[in-house]
Amino acid sequence: MIKNADVVIIGGGVQGNSIAYNLAKRGQKNIVILERNTCASGSSGRCAAGVRQQFGTEMNCILARESVRILEQLSEELDYDIELNQKGYLILAYTEKELAQFKKNVQLQQSLGIASKLITPEEAKEIVPLINIKDVLAATYCPTDGNANPLLTTFAYAEAARRLGVKLYRFTEAQKIESEHNQVTAVLTNQGRISTNTVVNAAGEYAKEVGEIAGVEIPVYSQRHQILVTEPIEPLWDPMLMSFSRNFYFQQLPNGTIVGGYGDPKNEIIGHNLRATWQFSKVMAKKMIQLVPALKNVHMVRQWAGSYIMSPDSQPILGEHPQLNGYYMSVGFSGHGYMLAPVSGKMLAQCILEQEIELPIEKLDIGRFERGELILEPSVV
Amino acid sequence: MDDNTIICRCEDVTWGEIRKQLDKGYTTLDEIKRITRAGMGPCQGKTCQRILLRAIARYLNKKVEDIPISTFRPPAKPIPLGTLAGEKDD
Ligand SMILES: Cc1cc2nc3c(=O)[nH]c(=O)nc-3n(C[C@H](O)[C@H](O)[C@H](O)COP(=O)(O)OP(=O)(O)OC[C@H]3O[C@@H](n4cnc5c(N)ncnc54)[C@H](O)[C@@H]3O)c2cc1C
Ligand code: FES
Repeated sequence: MIKNADVVIIGGGVQGNSIAYNLAKRGQKNIVILERNTCASGSSGRCAAGVRQQFGTEMNCILARESVRILEQLSEELDYDIELNQKGYLILAYTEKELAQFKKNVQLQQSLGIASKLITPEEAKEIVPLINIKDVLAATYCPTDGNANPLLTTFAYAEAARRLGVKLYRFTEAQKIESEHNQVTAVLTNQGRISTNTVVNAAGEYAKEVGEIAGVEIPVYSQRHQILVTEPIEPLWDPMLMSFSRNFYFQQLPNGTIVGGYGDPKNEIIGHNLRATWQFSKVMAKKMIQLVPALKNVHMVRQWAGSYIMSPDSQPILGEHPQLNGYYMSVGFSGHGYMLAPVSGKMLAQCILEQEIELPIEKLDIGRFERGELILEPSVV
Repeated sequence: MDDNTIICRCEDVTWGEIRKQLDKGYTTLDEIKRITRAGMGPCQGKTCQRILLRAIARYLNKKVEDIPISTFRPPAKPIPLGTLAGEKDD
């Protein structure tokens, strides 16, 4: 194990690997990733693969739009097929309140150059003839949304980072972060001590704990989200189908399987809980069949649970800690950390290297909660 | 075993693809599954997991028992969504 590093990244998920790659690409040397298990063993390996730009805040819209631009050429850039599949997102409105929000959202999205539009239930049915449009008031559709493979994206970043000299230590846990005079000085691991002045917390579900080992409080928490996957079947439709008020999302992936889930924040106990429940798959099956009756005879083959890492306003916390120099965070992605990783990794790298940051991510600093400058995202599932 | 030998029939993964990942340093069953999808098909590894584990163990010169097996994502018995949702089978 090496004794000194210029940057130590804690966490080998899609975030940590994107940050490492983006730093190395910009010339940073001597970067280390610590991963206590293997890459993509956390949320990045349990995610639903969705990529969308249809958000309700300017911040998320811009981040997602930029991420999609990066994703569109990422397979080439990293020399690894990440299976980007831009088949759109169809988001259904079932209530008047939701419809009013969607009108605002689409206006905002269009003003930012996102190709979304508000459509009628009949137009939605033209896009996906199999759906049951009972009670649907309207929908929004963006054809450049879609999905990509989160596992392969993580490994693609990891391998590209390695080619640029980044060292990955698997099965290596960060256990303490030392500092002197509010400046990070070292990371202690189960394999030894690494002196460094720069640490990045990209610990996903364990971001809060990786704050605690540095004496820093980070207002994020884990929330279980479950998901199920079916056997592969012939291609039935293209876009992700999603509803906020009815609380579901599901899509058919390029390999023919249908993957989907819903969240149950009101009833979830906060904490690390990765148990999958029978109750979930029953409810999810009902939701899927209600919208797409043709799925009745399709078999579920597997289900699992993962964690969203929620922040108080459902937007990530990006940047350096104001009281601890050299302690950077890329945490709290609140269920969007896969799709945002290409852009957040780039922005954080620019921030660490004190380069000009292309997007207004200074608003995503941890200080916003104390200042009361939350950027509440209305459109999350 | 030659590179064209199929290890996972459901996902059509050959030994060559698995060996390539082992050569890159991915030595755990989890990593191999995440990258190649071996064991993630409709049978959920019932047919291929033993073969996969034996192949990894042989490559690493280890005993099959020494290759850690993932605990998460318990394979569910394939079940129609309609049955799950409480509708009658047809
Ligand atoms: C069911 C579900 C569906 C989702 N769907 C989507 C979706 O459709 N689209 C989308 O964009 N996002 C989705 N997400 C969210 C997405 O998965 C996460 O936001 C994203 O994977 C976060 O990546 P990460 O790298 O920050 O975290 P992780 O992938 O969790 O990586 C953190 C890593 O840090 C390691 N670690 C933790 N503590 C330590 C330590 N002390 N020392 C060393 N290593 C440590 C862990 O082992 C882990 O590998 C979904 C999440 C879930 C659970
Ligand atoms: S043979 Fe590998 S999953 Fe079925």
